[in-house]
Amino acid sequence: MAAPATVARDGATTGPYLQVRDLRVQFSTEDGVVKAVDGVSFDVPRGRTLGIVGESGSGKSVTSMAILGLHNPKRTRMSGEILVGGRNLVGMDDEDIRRLRGREMAMIFQDPLSALHPFYTIGRQIIEAYRIHHPGAGKAEARKRAIDMLDRVGIPQATRRVDQYPHEFSGGMRQRAMIAMSLVNDPHLLIADEPTTALDVTVQAQILDLLEDLQREFNSAVIIITHDLGVVSAVADHVLVMYAGRVAEYGSREQVLRGPQHPYAWGLLSSVPSLHGDADADLVPIKGNPPSLINVPSGCAFHPRCRYAMLNGGPCDIEVPQLLPLLTTDEPGHTVACHLPERQRRAIYEQDIASVGVAL
Amino acid sequence: MLRFLIQRTLRAIVTIVAISMVTFALFFILPANPAQTMCGRNCDAKQIQQTLVNLGLDQPIPTQYTSFVKGIFVGRDYGSGEFLRHCNAPCLGYSYRSNEKVTDILARTLPVTVSVVTGAAVLWVLFGVSLGMLSALRRGTVFDKASIGVSLVGASMQVYFFGLLLLMIFVYGLKLLPYPQYVSLWVDPVGWIKAMILPWTTLAFLNAALYARLSRAQMLETLSEDFVRTARAKGVPRRAVYLRHALRAAINPIVTVAGLDIGAALAGTVITETVFSLTGLGKTAVTAATQLNLPVVLATVLLAAVFIVVANIIVDGLYAVIDPRVRLGA
Repeated sequence: MAAPATVARDGATTGPYLQVRDLRVQFSTEDGVVKAVDGVSFDVPRGRTLGIVGESGSGKSVTSMAILGLHNPKRTRMSGEILVGGRNLVGMDDEDIRRLRGREMAMIFQDPLSALHPFYTIGRQIIEAYRIHHPGAGKAEARKRAIDMLDRVGIPQATRRVDQYPHEFSGGMRQRAMIAMSLVNDPHLLIADEPTTALDVTVQAQILDLLEDLQREFNSAVIIITHDLGVVSAVADHVLVMYAGRVAEYGSREQVLRGPQHPYAWGLLSSVPSLHGDADADLVPIKGNPPSLINVPSGCAFHPRCRYAMLNGGPCDIEVPQLLPLLTTDEPGHTVACHLPERQRRAIYEQDIASVGVAL
Repeated sequence: MLRFLIQRTLRAIVTIVAISMVTFALFFILPANPAQTMCGRNCDAKQIQQTLVNLGLDQPIPTQYTSFVKGIFVGRDYGSGEFLRHCNAPCLGYSYRSNEKVTDILARTLPVTVSVVTGAAVLWVLFGVSLGMLSALRRGTVFDKASIGVSLVGASMQVYFFGLLLLMIFVYGLKLLPYPQYVSLWVDPVGWIKAMILPWTTLAFLNAALYARLSRAQMLETLSEDFVRTARAKGVPRRAVYLRHALRAAINPIVTVAGLDIGAALAGTVITETVFSLTGLGKTAVTAATQLNLPVVLATVLLAAVFIVVANIIVDGLYAVIDPRVRLGA
């Protein structure tokens, strides 16, 4: 292996394990350039979990795919920096990124039934993942490793089930197998793209618990991508709210879920049923649809759907808001991209939103 | 798996029996008199009657059918007295035209068709599928566009045009090849290849085109599957992603189509055989049909049915080999 990889493995590099700086991802299509991710920055240190929330089309999945280098380089323009253990993946050679994929950084996908190859046994797929990055490992060794991993993620009778096919597993077991496969090489960064969306509600909690356990054990940096605020509140340390390829709000879980500042974050919260609130109260959906990423609305991309836009006669429709830290309260690390004055936002929140509350 | 095979075989037998009955019945609905045909123009009524008896055509139709079936398994006797002749099992009767044993006709013509089809099938599957796969992987490039173009030409081409074109160029023009004349592979392998290369190329080019288009579409679909993304996310090298993950999943429908196509082609490739003057099964069947030569028609139709039914069973069996989900469902 190349020298930088060794350095990173030993943890000699400083700073958070994953650092994304001003990431931009654009796809050229026949209709125009899709600005799927437009200047996103965040850090995820090892042992921490970042939750990325947003509607479909907000750029959350594109961001994660970009980190793994899974976009087709011919049709994708990427700029900015993605530092994984100190190495910048943007512009890195395809083959070098491939060597990192699955070993340093791994991914769990939404639907484990379609994400696992239907024609190969679970064991074979895990063994493959292991042996790609451990060319010296024999078949027996890799198989033992696969069984250990299945056992570790809570699959009963792992020695027997290792030889079964994905369709012989239940949904939850499949996702466990998927997790086992992604962790087989002890990656430092794990990206889970809607890991519980395709699962039964009862199984969801088990999978989230498992992810938390494993994170503690492997001390990895984790990104959970979801539209489910319940998931975020259960596992995330920090939360990044994305809208139209940009960061709308960022902060710790408590900051974002208990004192959200961006009208879009309010919208997300109000559209979730609350366990503590009034059972008869109607949910408040966010009006309109996510914007086209080819013709992003001018100014703040959210302004056409924002019920508080232009309240202060502000530049919502002409100027893109900067992601700025809060000034009036002592909330280090809480940043928001909104033109409304902070005082006014707080007032609106206290008045309209706080009563709804979210199950934290 | 065994149960599945037995089930399929039983069903296949029923199918074949049904086909033989229908063919038999259809033939006797026709207002034709095979005895007249066989006996010739100058026969008087007595001779025709004698021929009728010799052929067993004086019997009721169900009896004729049962003696036909009996002939296949234990052999049968034709005629009586001085005209008595015994036909050993498997007996499919005698050609009304040449009085040749139908089994001999099949033994003569079947190898020709089998030679043409197997060689061509190997070529068309190999070239068609690889062309389709490559253009799927190079989607949008010049290579892709060129191969789509070529396969469009191939798909819209006809055997009697392309075959004659090849004959004109390679046999009459450049004189690189002799005019196709079938010789057995076991007798003269080089001669066999020389005779077969033009029919192979013709048939393969036309079919490969379809396979290229099919496998390109199939491969493109598979490449966008989640499990291919998973393979890439694991860090599987590009080649292995294509071969081990995508191709493996894309091959299923291609196997289906190839199996059925080959089965159908074995039943006769009339046009190709005609263009290259090869007396294969297809040509024999068509000639027999126009001459109301019942034994030959029956034999070729039955053989065709057997090929197609067997091809179906093989395809179903391959499914189970390829796709573990089928294995359990069976």
